[in-house]
Amino acid sequence: MITIDSLTKKYGRTTVVDGVSFVARPGRVTGFLGPNGAGKSTTMRMVVGLTKPTSGSSTVTGRPYAALANPGREIGVMLDASAQHAGRTGREILTIVQQMLGLPGRRVEEMLDLVSLTPAEADRRVGNYSLGMRQRLGIASALIGDPGVLMLDEPANGLDPAGIRWMRDLLRDFADRGGTVLLSSHLLREVEVIADDIVMIGHGRVVCEGTKADLVRSLGTVARADDTAALRRALHASGVDTDVTDEGTVTTSAEPAHVGHVAFRAGVALTELRTADGGLEDMFLELTADTQREPTPSRKNRRERKAA
Amino acid sequence: MSTMAPPTIHPVHQQHDQPGIPLARIVRVELRKMFNTRSGFWLIASLVILGVVATIGTILFAPDEQLTHNTFAAAIGFPMTIVLPIIAILAITGEWSQRTGLTTFTLVPDRRRVLLAKTVASVVVGIASMLVALVVGVVGNVVGTAITGTDLVWDLSAAQFGTIVIGSLLCLLTGTMLGMVIRSSPGALVTYFVLALVLPTVFGILAANQPDFVDVRPWVDAELARSFLFEGPPASGEQWAQVAVTAGLWLVLPAVLGLRAVLRSEVK
Repeated sequence: MITIDSLTKKYGRTTVVDGVSFVARPGRVTGFLGPNGAGKSTTMRMVVGLTKPTSGSSTVTGRPYAALANPGREIGVMLDASAQHAGRTGREILTIVQQMLGLPGRRVEEMLDLVSLTPAEADRRVGNYSLGMRQRLGIASALIGDPGVLMLDEPANGLDPAGIRWMRDLLRDFADRGGTVLLSSHLLREVEVIADDIVMIGHGRVVCEGTKADLVRSLGTVARADDTAALRRALHASGVDTDVTDEGTVTTSAEPAHVGHVAFRAGVALTELRTADGGLEDMFLELTADTQREPTPSRKNRRERKAA
Repeated sequence: MSTMAPPTIHPVHQQHDQPGIPLARIVRVELRKMFNTRSGFWLIASLVILGVVATIGTILFAPDEQLTHNTFAAAIGFPMTIVLPIIAILAITGEWSQRTGLTTFTLVPDRRRVLLAKTVASVVVGIASMLVALVVGVVGNVVGTAITGTDLVWDLSAAQFGTIVIGSLLCLLTGTMLGMVIRSSPGALVTYFVLALVLPTVFGILAANQPDFVDVRPWVDAELARSFLFEGPPASGEQWAQVAVTAGLWLVLPAVLGLRAVLRSEVK
């Protein structure tokens, strides 16, 4: 378990992390989501004591990080897979961690196997590694102490689709065995796929937090029909408010099943019917809007829906 | 979608009350880290290579009557006073310059223990390489005098070797101090060469132009004070005091400031 309690970090007058609180629970994967520069990495660095918080505190397995006698045995941490001496081999980097934690030497081979680094790759210098290989090595370093908690900053960066799938299965399995996983990402899709709980952060503050199930459920339905007007009439008749975008997409707070039944009874052929996951995405896009050049088209939709 | 995790055969360990990491283990790992990169390996190898080169040079170029153990020890010791501080600097700055500190200070959150272990590891390397130099010097003296046909002279006393070791360790620890204060490999190396080469020159010019400064100089010029430890006759009480004062000024005081900076700094 990782407990974060009102962590705040200020650099001069700039507040990078502003009273962030949340709990990453055992048996669950917690996704720490936010655009680049939102304060995710700073928060994680504060948890392990690399950055001193201006105020607030955090604990790992119920104790402050500094009070852990051998932290690598309790929490596996990967903050930046590229922060390694380029002149050391992958095997050597794992050996350093293995020795520091006081583990048997065979753990190095076991971890290389686990993350599918071949002996030839393990004996290459890390300077020649691809980002994906570094991520695998970073995961191996995090897991070598057989910890109960994992904290990974952008672990999927640089992994190919097969690698992302591998990572997802690995973390799922870890959580299913009772482990705590906290991972950060700036990609909504990535977090949606893997996380049980989502903590969204923007400009240093938690803007939204909950189980993925709750966050997705609360967002209603997106539907499309050739006869948009007929669909809306039928839905209004069933007591549901609707909204329509410029592109002719009907959005509503009702469940997809309800929309489907209503359309069927009204004889309206639906051309699209899905859960509106855009709510999370809208919020996320608004957070990123300040740092992006692209205008966010969904802002308009969001305002319309609020009005509805 | 997550429900309750089913009870499984291999639950993730919830390990409490782990034994801590003993300092000796951190020292061992830090020693390994000094050798296990190509640059680190060759830096330490260069100590031995320079020692052998200095020995051969002494045999070839020193006047026959000076082929004594003391001469060999001095010839081998000189490159060490240059290379050892570099080793000590890189042992510390690498954590920042190579960003390995992210791992190191996460595994050992008490940074004082990491620094202590690095200091001990550097001192171990320093003492080991000086013992190697002593042996190379013995071999050089035996071989050199055999070649030239001169008498074997063993004029390096244990006490003298001891003061040379202390002098070299003061050089080495200056490197440790610079590493903590500056925390960047290029910056610390440049500062080291300024301290070792430029500053003594400035003091020398000052002393040449300001007769009043001549008496003050050994109390502020660390290089000059340390040189008393390397030269022939045993250092006097006043010279030891000068070594202590300059070490306090140029080593201990900045090291304390450097330690504070390391403890407060952010590791990124």
